[in-house]
Amino acid sequence: MSQIVLQAEGINKSFHDPITIPVLKDIIFSINKGEFVSVIGKSGCGKSTLLYILSTMDTDYEGNLFIDGESMKQKKEGQLALVRNAKIGFVFQFHYLLNEFSVLRNVMLPGLKLGTYSEQEVEHRAMEKLKILGIENEALKMANQLSGGQKQRVAIARALINDPLIIMGDEPTGNLDKKNGEIVFNIFQELAHEFKQTLLIVTHDNEFAKSTDRIIEMDDGRIIKL
Amino acid sequence: MNIKLIISIAKSLLLARWKQTLVAAIGVTFSITMFITLLSFMSGLNDLLDGLILNRTAHIKIFNEIKANPKQPINLSKKFKENYNFIQSIKPNGARQEIYNNGAILKALKADNRVMGIAPKITAQVFYNVGTIDITGVINGIDVEAENRLFFFKDYVTTGNYIDLLNVPNSIILGKGAATKMLANIGDVIQITTPKGDRIQLKVVGYFQSGLLELDKVQSYASLATTQKLLGKPNNYITDIQIKLFDITQAPKIGKEYAKIFGTDAEDIQTANSQFETGSSIRTLISYAVGITLLIVAGFGIYNILNMMIYEKMDSIAILKATGFSGKDVNAIFIIIALSIGFFGGLVGLLFGFGLSSVIDQIPFNTASLPTIKTYPINYNPKFYLIGTIFSLVTTYFAGMFPARKASKIDPVVIIRGK
Repeated sequence: MSQIVLQAEGINKSFHDPITIPVLKDIIFSINKGEFVSVIGKSGCGKSTLLYILSTMDTDYEGNLFIDGESMKQKKEGQLALVRNAKIGFVFQFHYLLNEFSVLRNVMLPGLKLGTYSEQEVEHRAMEKLKILGIENEALKMANQLSGGQKQRVAIARALINDPLIIMGDEPTGNLDKKNGEIVFNIFQELAHEFKQTLLIVTHDNEFAKSTDRIIEMDDGRIIKL
Repeated sequence: MNIKLIISIAKSLLLARWKQTLVAAIGVTFSITMFITLLSFMSGLNDLLDGLILNRTAHIKIFNEIKANPKQPINLSKKFKENYNFIQSIKPNGARQEIYNNGAILKALKADNRVMGIAPKITAQVFYNVGTIDITGVINGIDVEAENRLFFFKDYVTTGNYIDLLNVPNSIILGKGAATKMLANIGDVIQITTPKGDRIQLKVVGYFQSGLLELDKVQSYASLATTQKLLGKPNNYITDIQIKLFDITQAPKIGKEYAKIFGTDAEDIQTANSQFETGSSIRTLISYAVGITLLIVAGFGIYNILNMMIYEKMDSIAILKATGFSGKDVNAIFIIIALSIGFFGGLVGLLFGFGLSSVIDQIPFNTASLPTIKTYPINYNPKFYLIGTIFSLVTTYFAGMFPARKASKIDPVVIIRGK
């Protein structure tokens, strides 16, 4: 049996404002190392909410979450930040690059924060990641000088910088046109198959989902198909 | 926490909005500049006004006060010891103003290592004769050299040379006001009447200007020997001993000690001039209050700008948090932003403050009552610069603390999902 990277054990979550509405009901599943998983479901079914809980950013839930065999439930804010830094790479619908920094620096920031490598090494690694994504020529431009597709690729490079255990994506192609969407999708395919990168992507694009290894389908806060 | 990384992020955020940063820094610069200038000027003025009195006042004055003897015979009698004795109409008994056995006292004072210097003095009431009119006056017989060394006598002799008091026999330095009244020029001979009725002629060798107009109309100076001669007293006659101490704060204690040992009265400077200390401390208090108010206003400016910056940078903060920066890191970033505004704004403020004080120091300031002062007084005390630095850092720290805490509490999920 292959190694389990992420495991959700009976996760429940409700919104309490203005009245209590359960949004996630008894979520149980796990992801193995090297899997390319997509989560699909209708709008409002709770798939993004689940993703933010899995990414440790949202801590207001019941049940338990294990990342790399460690329970996230008892960890404090600072410790969770370290987990996100070292083990999770995140790609959002919107690129969220810091306009004050160059592309290279944007990619380097999480690596510098981790502090495993020296600044020169982090820079070298960042260039390598940009090369994988085919945008090494843009490295020294400022973040706001790039096109939308390029920005999203920089965001992926940033997610990769610390060689994360898992990359999570929240509709990473949602804001892109078809062509750029395909480029980003192909990058994910390449990462999954060539680099054996574990990926968990939330999407409403069924075509995108079909070409992944495994589809988790959600409806009304429950997983209806694993 | 990777300090170098945090600083580099703070720097990028600062420089990305350099205009706002500049405005905030100028606020700090302005307040520190004014703080330094105000305190330097105020304190210079305080020193000047205090010096007006303190430089010329003995820390301890030993003299004999004319007063009734506290040891009345009835109190010494054993018979009436248990009684409460009412005594009326007592007169001072044949008191003499002369300090008895002053040679021994002077010797004892010279041996005391707390004493910086001593200057014996004689105060003599006289009348200046102007034609048929007599004007009351006081001649201070002084030890010219000691007086100059301890009380800067030379600075107040505006015309003529102070040392002529020693060189020219029967000479006098007249108060400026008194000289004007008598129409006495340098080199003129004036006539005075002593309390005993003797008429004596003295040569005017200079004018004295103390800065206190009333005093200058009355006071004049002559050497000890001249004064003894005009009073018809022997050359060991002195009425006051002025003492300057190394540590002025010890004056009340040492004064009491001397009064007991020498059996005379002793007045310390704190008791004699308490109003000056009060004035100085209140002026200092006001300048600090104004300076600190300026800094607090600048602090609010920084607070506003940081708050705005946090709203603008909401996304950036969210993404920093999503990629592994903790609330503590974000907090540190904004604290560093605030502190660097305070540090650089404050540093420039210190320089400008020094510059502005130097400019004020050059502005001519002539007043008849202050003969030694030519420009506005400035005190370049490094203490003000230290306080300015500390205050600029402390206020900017507090101004940054609340926005930074807010930034550190931003929930990335709310921001990211909100798009």
